[in-house]
Amino acid sequence: MKRVQVLDARGIARALERMAAEILEKVGDEKLLYLVGVQTRGVPLARRLARLIAGKTGCEPTVGALDITLYRDDVGPWRAAHQQPLLRDTALPVKVDGKTVCLVDDVLYTGRTVRAALDTLMDYGRPRAIRLAVLVDRGHRELPIAADFVGRAVPTAASEDVQVRLKESDGEEGVWLAREEAAG
Amino acid sequence: MIVKAASHLRGKDLVGIDQLSPEEIQLLLDTAEQMQEIAKRPIKKVPALRGKTVVNLFMEPSTRTRFSFEVAEKRLSADSLNFSSSGTSVEKGETLLDTARNLEAMQPDFIVIRHRYAGAPHQLARALKSSVVNAGDGAHEHPTQALLDALTIRQKRGTLEGQVVAIAGDLAYSRVVRSNVLLLSRMGATVRVAGPPSLVPPGIEKLGCEVHYRLEDAIAGADVVMMLRIQLERQGKMNFPTVREYYDFFGLTPERVKLAKHDALVMHPGPMNRGVEIDSRVADGPQSVILEQVTNGVAVRMAVLYLLAGGHGEPVAD
Repeated sequence: MKRVQVLDARGIARALERMAAEILEKVGDEKLLYLVGVQTRGVPLARRLARLIAGKTGCEPTVGALDITLYRDDVGPWRAAHQQPLLRDTALPVKVDGKTVCLVDDVLYTGRTVRAALDTLMDYGRPRAIRLAVLVDRGHRELPIAADFVGRAVPTAASEDVQVRLKESDGEEGVWLAREEAAG
Repeated sequence: MIVKAASHLRGKDLVGIDQLSPEEIQLLLDTAEQMQEIAKRPIKKVPALRGKTVVNLFMEPSTRTRFSFEVAEKRLSADSLNFSSSGTSVEKGETLLDTARNLEAMQPDFIVIRHRYAGAPHQLARALKSSVVNAGDGAHEHPTQALLDALTIRQKRGTLEGQVVAIAGDLAYSRVVRSNVLLLSRMGATVRVAGPPSLVPPGIEKLGCEVHYRLEDAIAGADVVMMLRIQLERQGKMNFPTVREYYDFFGLTPERVKLAKHDALVMHPGPMNRGVEIDSRVADGPQSVILEQVTNGVAVRMAVLYLLAGGHGEPVAD
Protein backbone atom coordinates (compact mmCIF):
# COMPACT_ATOMS: atom_id res chain seq x y z
CA MET A 1 0.00 0.00 0.00
CA LYS A 2 1.35 3.37 -1.09
CA ARG A 3 0.38 6.37 1.03
CA VAL A 4 0.73 9.98 -0.11
CA GLN A 5 0.05 12.73 2.37
CA VAL A 6 -2.41 15.34 1.15
CA LEU A 7 -2.75 17.41 4.33
CA ASP A 8 -0.70 17.48 7.51
CA ALA A 9 -1.83 18.75 10.91
CA ARG A 10 -1.10 22.38 9.96
CA GLY A 11 -2.90 21.94 6.65
CA ILE A 12 -6.00 20.61 8.43
CA ALA A 13 -5.87 23.49 10.93
CA ARG A 14 -5.61 26.06 8.13
CA ALA A 15 -8.45 24.45 6.16
CA LEU A 16 -10.73 24.42 9.21
CA GLU A 17 -9.83 28.04 10.03
CA ARG A 18 -10.89 29.12 6.54
CA MET A 19 -14.06 26.99 6.64
CA ALA A 20 -15.06 28.52 9.99
CA ALA A 21 -14.77 32.03 8.51
CA GLU A 22 -16.78 31.01 5.43
CA ILE A 23 -19.50 29.37 7.53
CA LEU A 24 -19.90 32.52 9.63
CA GLU A 25 -20.06 34.70 6.55
CA LYS A 26 -22.65 32.54 4.82
CA VAL A 27 -24.87 31.85 7.85
CA GLY A 28 -25.00 35.47 8.97
CA ASP A 29 -26.80 35.11 12.28
CA GLU A 30 -24.42 32.88 14.25
CA LYS A 31 -27.01 32.40 17.00
CA LEU A 32 -28.97 30.20 14.60
CA LEU A 33 -25.95 28.09 13.67
CA TYR A 34 -26.01 24.43 14.70
CA LEU A 35 -23.01 22.28 13.77
CA VAL A 36 -23.95 18.62 13.40
CA GLY A 37 -21.16 16.11 12.89
CA VAL A 38 -21.84 12.90 11.00
CA GLN A 39 -20.55 9.89 12.96
CA THR A 40 -17.78 9.16 13.43
CA ARG A 41 -15.11 11.65 12.27
CA GLY A 42 -17.56 14.42 11.48
CA VAL A 43 -18.14 14.82 15.21
CA PRO A 44 -14.65 15.94 16.29
CA LEU A 45 -14.45 18.13 13.17
CA ALA A 46 -17.74 19.84 14.16
CA ARG A 47 -16.34 20.45 17.65
CA ARG A 48 -13.19 22.01 16.24
CA LEU A 49 -15.17 24.27 13.92
CA ALA A 50 -17.34 25.32 16.88
CA ARG A 51 -14.26 26.34 18.87
CA LEU A 52 -12.85 28.28 15.92
CA ILE A 53 -16.14 30.10 15.45
CA ALA A 54 -16.28 30.84 19.20
CA GLY A 55 -12.84 32.41 18.85
CA LYS A 56 -14.22 34.86 16.30
CA THR A 57 -17.62 35.66 17.81
CA GLY A 58 -17.23 34.88 21.50
CA CYS A 59 -20.26 32.59 21.30
CA GLU A 60 -19.79 28.87 20.70
CA PRO A 61 -22.42 27.32 18.42
CA THR A 62 -24.27 24.20 19.53
CA VAL A 63 -22.69 20.94 18.38
CA GLY A 64 -24.60 17.73 17.74
CA ALA A 65 -23.76 14.22 16.56
CA LEU A 66 -25.77 12.31 13.96
CA ASP A 67 -25.71 8.58 13.27
CA ILE A 68 -27.09 7.87 9.81
CA THR A 69 -26.77 4.07 9.87
CA LEU A 70 -30.48 3.26 9.93
CA TYR A 71 -31.04 5.57 6.94
CA ARG A 72 -28.31 4.13 4.72
CA ASP A 73 -29.26 2.70 1.35
CA ASP A 74 -27.05 -0.34 1.82
CA VAL A 75 -28.30 -1.96 5.02
CA GLY A 76 -29.84 -5.37 4.58
CA PRO A 77 -28.92 -8.70 3.03
CA TRP A 78 -27.33 -7.24 -0.07
CA ARG A 79 -24.32 -6.25 1.98
CA ALA A 80 -21.41 -8.42 1.00
CA ALA A 81 -19.89 -8.88 4.44
CA HIS A 82 -23.08 -10.16 6.12
CA GLN A 83 -22.70 -7.58 8.77
CA GLN A 84 -24.93 -4.70 9.57
CA PRO A 85 -23.09 -1.47 10.24
CA LEU A 86 -22.75 -0.74 13.95
CA LEU A 87 -24.99 1.91 15.38
CA ARG A 88 -23.45 5.01 16.98
CA ASP A 89 -24.86 7.73 19.20
CA THR A 90 -27.13 10.40 17.87
CA ALA A 91 -27.02 13.35 20.26
CA LEU A 92 -28.85 16.53 19.31
CA PRO A 93 -28.82 18.58 22.53
CA VAL A 94 -31.27 21.17 21.21
CA LYS A 95 -34.03 20.97 18.60
CA VAL A 96 -33.09 21.54 14.97
CA ASP A 97 -36.30 23.48 14.21
CA GLY A 98 -35.59 26.94 12.84
CA LYS A 99 -31.82 26.45 13.02
CA THR A 100 -29.27 26.71 10.24
CA VAL A 101 -27.77 23.26 10.49
CA CYS A 102 -24.30 22.80 9.09
CA LEU A 103 -23.61 19.10 8.55
CA VAL A 104 -19.94 18.28 9.03
CA ASP A 105 -18.22 15.20 7.64
CA ASP A 106 -14.66 14.21 6.90
CA VAL A 107 -14.91 13.04 3.27
CA LEU A 108 -17.50 13.73 0.56
CA TYR A 109 -17.48 10.88 -1.98
CA THR A 110 -20.61 9.36 -3.56
CA GLY A 111 -22.99 11.67 -1.67
CA ARG A 112 -24.96 8.71 -0.30
CA THR A 113 -24.02 9.43 3.31
CA VAL A 114 -25.17 13.03 2.90
CA ARG A 115 -28.48 11.87 1.43
CA ALA A 116 -28.96 9.63 4.49
CA ALA A 117 -27.96 12.47 6.82
CA LEU A 118 -30.52 14.81 5.22
CA ASP A 119 -33.27 12.24 5.71
CA THR A 120 -32.18 11.58 9.30
CA LEU A 121 -32.19 15.30 10.16
CA MET A 122 -35.64 15.81 8.65
CA ASP A 123 -37.02 13.21 11.06
CA TYR A 124 -35.80 15.36 13.96
CA GLY A 125 -37.55 18.52 12.88
CA ARG A 126 -37.58 21.33 10.34
CA PRO A 127 -34.33 23.25 10.15
CA ARG A 128 -34.37 26.71 8.53
CA ALA A 129 -31.60 25.57 6.20
CA ILE A 130 -29.07 22.75 5.95
CA ARG A 131 -25.51 23.35 4.73
CA LEU A 132 -22.70 20.91 4.19
CA ALA A 133 -19.07 21.27 5.29
CA VAL A 134 -16.48 18.60 4.46
CA LEU A 135 -12.78 18.46 5.12
CA VAL A 136 -12.06 16.63 1.84
CA ASP A 137 -14.08 16.47 -1.38
CA ARG A 138 -12.74 13.56 -3.39
CA GLY A 139 -15.22 13.66 -6.28
CA HIS A 140 -17.08 10.66 -7.82
CA ARG A 141 -20.55 11.82 -6.82
CA GLU A 142 -23.39 9.36 -7.48
CA LEU A 143 -26.12 11.74 -6.32
CA PRO A 144 -26.78 15.42 -7.11
CA ILE A 145 -25.16 16.73 -3.93
CA ALA A 146 -22.54 19.44 -3.45
CA ALA A 147 -20.75 20.81 -0.40
CA ASP A 148 -21.04 24.46 0.66
CA PHE A 149 -17.70 24.49 2.48
CA VAL A 150 -14.74 22.37 1.39
CA GLY A 151 -11.41 22.15 3.22
CA ARG A 152 -9.52 20.65 0.30
CA ALA A 153 -10.70 19.25 -3.03
CA VAL A 154 -8.58 16.19 -3.84
CA PRO A 155 -8.81 14.65 -7.30
CA THR A 156 -8.81 10.86 -6.85
CA ALA A 157 -9.19 7.65 -8.78
CA ALA A 158 -12.06 5.42 -7.64
CA SER A 159 -9.51 2.75 -6.72
CA GLU A 160 -7.81 5.07 -4.26
CA ASP A 161 -8.71 5.41 -0.63
CA VAL A 162 -8.83 8.72 1.23
CA GLN A 163 -7.76 8.27 4.84
CA VAL A 164 -8.58 11.03 7.29
CA ARG A 165 -6.91 10.58 10.67
CA LEU A 166 -7.74 12.87 13.57
CA LYS A 167 -5.98 12.93 16.89
CA GLU A 168 -9.32 12.65 18.78
CA SER A 169 -10.24 9.35 17.10
CA ASP A 170 -7.05 7.96 15.60
CA GLY A 171 -4.13 9.33 17.59
CA GLU A 172 -2.51 10.81 14.47
CA GLU A 173 -3.41 13.81 12.38
CA GLY A 174 -3.43 14.14 8.61
CA VAL A 175 -5.08 13.19 5.33
CA TRP A 176 -3.55 10.56 3.09
CA LEU A 177 -4.32 9.15 -0.31
CA ALA A 178 -3.71 5.39 -0.33
CA ARG A 179 -3.55 3.06 -3.27
CA GLU A 180 -2.98 -0.68 -3.56
CA GLU A 181 0.23 -1.27 -5.43
CA ALA A 182 0.21 -3.73 -8.31
CA ALA A 183 1.03 -7.20 -7.09
CA GLY A 184 4.58 -8.31 -7.73
CA MET B 1 -14.03 -10.39 31.64
CA ILE B 2 -14.49 -7.75 28.98
CA VAL B 3 -16.60 -9.13 26.18
CA LYS B 4 -16.01 -7.49 22.83
CA ALA B 5 -19.09 -7.27 20.64
CA ALA B 6 -19.23 -9.56 17.59
CA SER B 7 -19.38 -7.88 14.19
CA HIS B 8 -22.51 -9.81 13.20
CA LEU B 9 -24.84 -12.64 14.19
CA ARG B 10 -23.85 -16.02 12.77
CA GLY B 11 -27.27 -17.57 12.39
CA LYS B 12 -30.15 -16.68 10.10
CA ASP B 13 -32.52 -17.15 13.05
CA LEU B 14 -32.80 -16.34 16.72
CA VAL B 15 -34.32 -19.47 18.23
CA GLY B 16 -32.61 -19.41 21.61
CA ILE B 17 -29.95 -17.88 23.83
CA ASP B 18 -28.29 -21.28 23.61
CA GLN B 19 -27.09 -20.48 20.08
CA LEU B 20 -25.47 -17.14 21.03
CA SER B 21 -21.88 -16.49 22.01
CA PRO B 22 -21.09 -13.84 24.66
CA GLU B 23 -19.82 -11.63 21.82
CA GLU B 24 -23.12 -11.94 19.94
CA ILE B 25 -25.06 -11.15 23.12
CA GLN B 26 -22.89 -8.07 23.57
CA LEU B 27 -23.61 -6.97 19.98
CA LEU B 28 -27.36 -7.41 20.52
CA LEU B 29 -27.31 -5.41 23.77
CA ASP B 30 -25.11 -2.63 22.32
CA THR B 31 -27.36 -2.35 19.28
CA ALA B 32 -30.50 -2.33 21.46
CA GLU B 33 -29.06 0.46 23.56
CA GLN B 34 -28.66 2.61 20.45
CA MET B 35 -32.20 1.74 19.32
CA GLN B 36 -33.63 3.26 22.51
CA GLU B 37 -32.97 6.77 21.26
CA ILE B 38 -35.48 6.31 18.42
CA ALA B 39 -38.38 6.16 20.92
CA LYS B 40 -37.49 9.69 22.09
CA ARG B 41 -37.60 11.30 18.64
CA PRO B 42 -40.50 13.36 17.35
CA ILE B 43 -40.81 10.84 14.51
CA LYS B 44 -40.36 7.41 16.08
CA LYS B 45 -39.53 5.59 12.88
CA VAL B 46 -36.44 4.82 10.82
CA PRO B 47 -36.38 3.36 7.30
CA ALA B 48 -33.91 0.52 7.98
CA LEU B 49 -36.34 -2.37 7.26
CA ARG B 50 -38.45 -0.66 4.61
CA GLY B 51 -39.98 -3.24 2.30
CA LYS B 52 -39.36 -6.13 4.68
CA THR B 53 -42.31 -8.27 5.72
CA VAL B 54 -42.68 -9.82 9.15
CA VAL B 55 -45.27 -12.47 9.95
CA ASN B 56 -46.16 -12.54 13.64
CA LEU B 57 -47.30 -16.10 14.15
CA PHE B 58 -48.72 -16.19 17.66
CA MET B 59 -50.23 -19.60 18.35
CA GLU B 60 -50.57 -18.90 22.05
CA PRO B 61 -51.98 -15.90 23.95
CA SER B 62 -49.62 -12.96 24.30
CA THR B 63 -50.15 -9.26 24.85
CA ARG B 64 -46.80 -7.78 25.78
CA THR B 65 -44.56 -9.76 23.48
CA ARG B 66 -46.83 -9.52 20.44
CA PHE B 67 -47.31 -5.77 20.89
CA SER B 68 -43.64 -5.28 21.55
CA PHE B 69 -42.62 -7.08 18.34
CA GLU B 70 -45.21 -5.16 16.40
CA VAL B 71 -44.02 -1.80 17.72
CA ALA B 72 -40.41 -2.79 16.95
CA GLU B 73 -41.36 -3.77 13.39
CA LYS B 74 -43.23 -0.52 12.80
CA ARG B 75 -40.41 1.62 14.22
CA LEU B 76 -38.07 0.00 11.69
CA SER B 77 -40.60 0.52 8.84
CA ALA B 78 -41.17 -3.21 8.25
CA ASP B 79 -44.65 -4.42 7.26
CA SER B 80 -46.27 -6.61 9.90
CA LEU B 81 -48.82 -9.33 9.33
CA ASN B 82 -50.51 -10.71 12.40
CA PHE B 83 -51.65 -14.25 12.63
CA SER B 84 -53.49 -15.81 15.52
CA SER B 85 -54.62 -19.39 15.68
CA SER B 86 -58.30 -18.65 16.21
CA GLY B 87 -60.27 -17.93 13.06
CA THR B 88 -57.64 -19.48 10.79
CA SER B 89 -56.93 -22.82 9.18
CA VAL B 90 -55.16 -23.98 12.35
CA GLU B 91 -58.69 -24.60 13.64
CA LYS B 92 -59.27 -26.76 10.57
CA GLY B 93 -56.37 -29.00 11.53
CA GLU B 94 -53.52 -27.69 9.40
CA THR B 95 -50.09 -28.59 10.78
CA LEU B 96 -47.68 -25.89 11.94
CA LEU B 97 -45.24 -26.68 9.15
CA ASP B 98 -47.94 -26.51 6.47
CA THR B 99 -49.20 -23.21 7.87
CA ALA B 100 -45.68 -21.81 7.89
CA ARG B 101 -44.87 -23.07 4.38
CA ASN B 102 -48.02 -21.48 3.06
CA LEU B 103 -47.16 -18.21 4.75
CA GLU B 104 -43.64 -18.42 3.39
CA ALA B 105 -44.99 -18.82 -0.11
CA MET B 106 -45.97 -15.17 0.27
CA GLN B 107 -42.28 -14.25 0.73
CA PRO B 108 -42.03 -12.82 4.23
CA ASP B 109 -38.52 -11.99 5.44
CA PHE B 110 -39.15 -12.83 9.08
CA ILE B 111 -41.41 -15.16 11.00
CA VAL B 112 -41.83 -14.36 14.67
CA ILE B 113 -43.34 -17.37 16.38
CA ARG B 114 -44.89 -18.02 19.78
CA HIS B 115 -45.92 -21.65 20.25
CA ARG B 116 -46.86 -23.87 23.14
CA TYR B 117 -44.53 -26.66 22.06
CA ALA B 118 -40.82 -26.51 22.74
CA GLY B 119 -38.84 -26.70 19.52
CA ALA B 120 -41.53 -25.35 17.20
CA PRO B 121 -39.36 -22.35 16.14
CA HIS B 122 -36.40 -24.67 15.53
CA GLN B 123 -38.50 -26.84 13.25
CA LEU B 124 -39.56 -23.78 11.24
CA ALA B 125 -36.01 -22.41 11.16
CA ARG B 126 -34.77 -25.62 9.55
CA ALA B 127 -37.58 -25.81 7.02
CA LEU B 128 -37.87 -22.17 5.95
CA LYS B 129 -35.67 -19.61 4.24
CA SER B 130 -37.13 -16.74 6.26
CA SER B 131 -35.43 -15.67 9.48
CA VAL B 132 -37.28 -17.21 12.41
CA VAL B 133 -37.43 -15.41 15.75
CA ASN B 134 -38.56 -17.34 18.80
CA ALA B 135 -41.08 -15.32 20.80
CA GLY B 136 -41.46 -18.14 23.34
CA ASP B 137 -41.70 -21.90 22.78
CA GLY B 138 -43.37 -23.97 25.47
CA ALA B 139 -41.25 -24.19 28.60
CA HIS B 140 -38.07 -24.02 26.53
CA GLU B 141 -36.75 -20.55 25.60
CA HIS B 142 -37.81 -16.92 25.32
CA PRO B 143 -34.62 -15.29 24.06
CA THR B 144 -35.87 -11.73 23.52
CA GLN B 145 -37.19 -11.67 27.11
CA ALA B 146 -33.78 -12.66 28.46
CA LEU B 147 -32.12 -10.01 26.27
CA LEU B 148 -34.44 -7.26 27.51
CA ASP B 149 -33.89 -8.37 31.12
CA ALA B 150 -30.13 -8.26 30.55
CA LEU B 151 -30.34 -4.81 28.94
CA THR B 152 -32.33 -3.54 31.95
CA ILE B 153 -29.82 -4.96 34.43
CA ARG B 154 -26.85 -3.65 32.45
CA GLN B 155 -28.29 -0.15 32.26
CA LYS B 156 -29.21 0.01 35.93
CA ARG B 157 -26.16 -1.71 37.36
CA GLY B 158 -23.57 -0.80 34.73
CA THR B 159 -22.58 -4.37 33.95
CA LEU B 160 -23.79 -7.96 33.97
CA GLU B 161 -20.54 -9.40 35.17
CA GLY B 162 -20.44 -10.26 38.84
CA GLN B 163 -24.10 -9.44 39.42
CA VAL B 164 -25.99 -11.80 41.70
CA VAL B 165 -29.40 -12.44 40.19
CA ALA B 166 -32.10 -14.34 42.09
CA ILE B 167 -34.90 -15.79 39.97
CA ALA B 168 -37.82 -17.26 41.87
CA GLY B 169 -41.13 -18.89 41.19
CA ASP B 170 -42.45 -21.32 38.66
CA LEU B 171 -39.19 -22.76 37.35
CA ALA B 172 -40.75 -25.88 35.86
CA TYR B 173 -43.07 -24.17 33.41
CA SER B 174 -40.93 -21.13 32.68
CA ARG B 175 -39.09 -20.46 29.44
CA VAL B 176 -38.02 -17.12 30.87
CA VAL B 177 -35.86 -18.77 33.53
CA ARG B 178 -34.10 -21.01 31.03
CA SER B 179 -33.16 -18.19 28.66
CA ASN B 180 -32.19 -15.94 31.54
CA VAL B 181 -29.95 -18.48 33.24
CA LEU B 182 -28.20 -19.25 29.95
CA LEU B 183 -27.66 -15.60 29.12
CA LEU B 184 -26.68 -14.29 32.55
CA SER B 185 -24.28 -17.12 33.33
CA ARG B 186 -22.70 -16.71 29.89
CA MET B 187 -22.10 -13.02 30.64
CA GLY B 188 -20.46 -13.66 34.01
CA ALA B 189 -23.37 -13.14 36.42
CA THR B 190 -24.18 -15.50 39.28
CA VAL B 191 -27.70 -16.87 39.02
CA ARG B 192 -29.62 -18.35 41.92
CA VAL B 193 -32.99 -19.92 41.32
CA ALA B 194 -35.59 -20.70 43.97
CA GLY B 195 -38.98 -22.35 44.12
CA PRO B 196 -40.93 -25.03 45.90
CA PRO B 197 -39.46 -28.50 45.16
CA SER B 198 -42.53 -29.39 43.10
CA LEU B 199 -41.70 -26.53 40.72
CA VAL B 200 -37.93 -27.07 40.48
CA PRO B 201 -37.17 -29.32 37.51
CA PRO B 202 -34.44 -31.89 38.16
CA GLY B 203 -31.14 -30.96 36.53
CA ILE B 204 -31.84 -27.22 36.31
CA GLU B 205 -28.45 -26.55 37.92
CA LYS B 206 -26.83 -27.89 34.74
CA LEU B 207 -27.91 -24.69 32.99
CA GLY B 208 -25.44 -22.86 35.22
CA CYS B 209 -27.25 -21.76 38.39
CA GLU B 210 -27.46 -22.41 42.12
CA VAL B 211 -30.70 -23.98 43.34
CA HIS B 212 -32.44 -22.90 46.54
CA TYR B 213 -35.67 -24.07 48.09
CA ARG B 214 -36.18 -21.07 50.34
CA LEU B 215 -36.79 -17.69 48.75
CA GLU B 216 -34.84 -15.95 51.54
CA ASP B 217 -31.67 -17.93 50.74
CA ALA B 218 -31.80 -16.93 47.10
CA ILE B 219 -32.49 -13.26 47.75
CA ALA B 220 -29.88 -12.67 50.47
CA GLY B 221 -27.42 -10.05 49.22
CA ALA B 222 -28.67 -10.22 45.61
CA ASP B 223 -28.31 -7.34 43.12
CA VAL B 224 -31.43 -8.32 41.21
CA VAL B 225 -34.58 -10.16 42.28
CA MET B 226 -36.62 -11.46 39.38
CA MET B 227 -40.00 -12.99 40.14
CA LEU B 228 -41.67 -15.37 37.72
CA ARG B 229 -45.37 -15.67 37.20
CA ILE B 230 -47.13 -18.67 38.64
CA GLN B 231 -48.64 -19.99 35.44
CA LEU B 232 -51.94 -21.10 36.86
CA GLU B 233 -53.27 -21.94 33.39
CA ARG B 234 -50.43 -24.40 32.73
CA GLN B 235 -50.81 -26.30 35.97
CA GLY B 236 -52.85 -29.39 35.26
CA LYS B 237 -52.77 -29.99 38.95
CA MET B 238 -51.63 -27.54 41.56
CA ASN B 239 -48.04 -28.00 42.59
CA PHE B 240 -48.62 -26.30 45.92
CA PRO B 241 -51.58 -26.49 48.29
CA THR B 242 -53.02 -22.99 47.89
CA VAL B 243 -52.17 -19.68 46.27
CA ARG B 244 -52.21 -18.16 49.75
CA GLU B 245 -49.62 -20.63 50.98
CA TYR B 246 -47.46 -19.94 47.93
CA TYR B 247 -47.52 -16.24 48.76
CA ASP B 248 -46.57 -16.97 52.37
CA PHE B 249 -43.47 -18.89 51.35
CA PHE B 250 -42.50 -17.52 47.91
CA GLY B 251 -44.26 -14.18 47.55
CA LEU B 252 -41.93 -11.17 47.26
CA THR B 253 -42.96 -9.02 50.20
CA PRO B 254 -41.36 -5.71 51.29
CA GLU B 255 -39.75 -7.57 54.21
CA ARG B 256 -38.13 -10.11 51.89
CA VAL B 257 -36.87 -7.42 49.51
CA LYS B 258 -34.87 -6.00 52.43
CA LEU B 259 -32.73 -9.16 52.41
CA ALA B 260 -31.31 -8.19 49.03
CA LYS B 261 -28.90 -5.29 48.50
CA HIS B 262 -30.48 -1.98 49.54
CA ASP B 263 -30.60 -0.82 45.91
CA ALA B 264 -31.44 -4.20 44.36
CA LEU B 265 -33.64 -4.21 41.27
CA VAL B 266 -37.04 -5.89 41.35
CA MET B 267 -38.04 -7.40 38.02
CA HIS B 268 -40.97 -9.39 36.63
CA PRO B 269 -41.54 -10.44 33.02
CA GLY B 270 -45.31 -9.97 33.39
CA PRO B 271 -48.15 -10.51 33.50
CA MET B 272 -48.06 -10.31 37.30
CA ASN B 273 -50.28 -12.15 39.73
CA ARG B 274 -50.37 -9.48 42.40
CA GLY B 275 -50.59 -11.02 45.84
CA VAL B 276 -49.34 -14.39 44.58
CA GLU B 277 -45.67 -14.19 43.55
CA ILE B 278 -45.28 -10.45 44.17
CA ASP B 279 -46.80 -8.01 46.63
CA SER B 280 -48.25 -4.83 45.12
CA ARG B 281 -46.14 -2.69 47.43
CA VAL B 282 -43.03 -4.23 45.84
CA ALA B 283 -44.32 -4.29 42.27
CA ASP B 284 -45.12 -0.58 42.45
CA GLY B 285 -42.24 0.31 44.78
CA PRO B 286 -39.13 2.38 44.15
CA GLN B 287 -36.92 -0.62 43.32
CA SER B 288 -39.25 -1.96 40.65
CA VAL B 289 -38.04 -1.68 37.04
CA ILE B 290 -40.92 -3.74 35.66
CA LEU B 291 -42.18 -1.07 33.25
CA GLU B 292 -38.66 -0.24 32.09
CA GLN B 293 -38.36 -3.90 31.12
CA VAL B 294 -41.33 -3.39 28.80
CA THR B 295 -39.80 -0.26 27.25
CA ASN B 296 -36.50 -2.07 26.74
CA GLY B 297 -38.33 -4.95 25.08
CA VAL B 298 -39.07 -2.83 22.03
CA ALA B 299 -35.43 -1.77 21.62
CA VAL B 300 -34.20 -5.35 21.99
CA ARG B 301 -36.61 -6.63 19.34
CA MET B 302 -35.57 -3.83 17.00
CA ALA B 303 -31.96 -4.88 17.47
CA VAL B 304 -32.77 -8.53 16.76
CA LEU B 305 -34.64 -7.73 13.54
CA TYR B 306 -32.04 -5.21 12.37
CA LEU B 307 -29.10 -7.55 12.94
CA LEU B 308 -30.82 -10.59 11.41
CA ALA B 309 -31.71 -8.51 8.33
CA GLY B 310 -28.00 -8.31 7.58
CA GLY B 311 -28.13 -11.79 6.17
CA HIS B 312 -26.10 -14.71 7.38
CA GLY B 313 -22.75 -15.88 6.24
CA GLU B 314 -20.37 -18.59 7.22
CA PRO B 315 -19.15 -18.21 10.79
CA VAL B 316 -16.12 -15.94 10.72
CA ALA B 317 -13.04 -17.35 12.38
CA ASP B 318 -11.71 -14.99 15.06
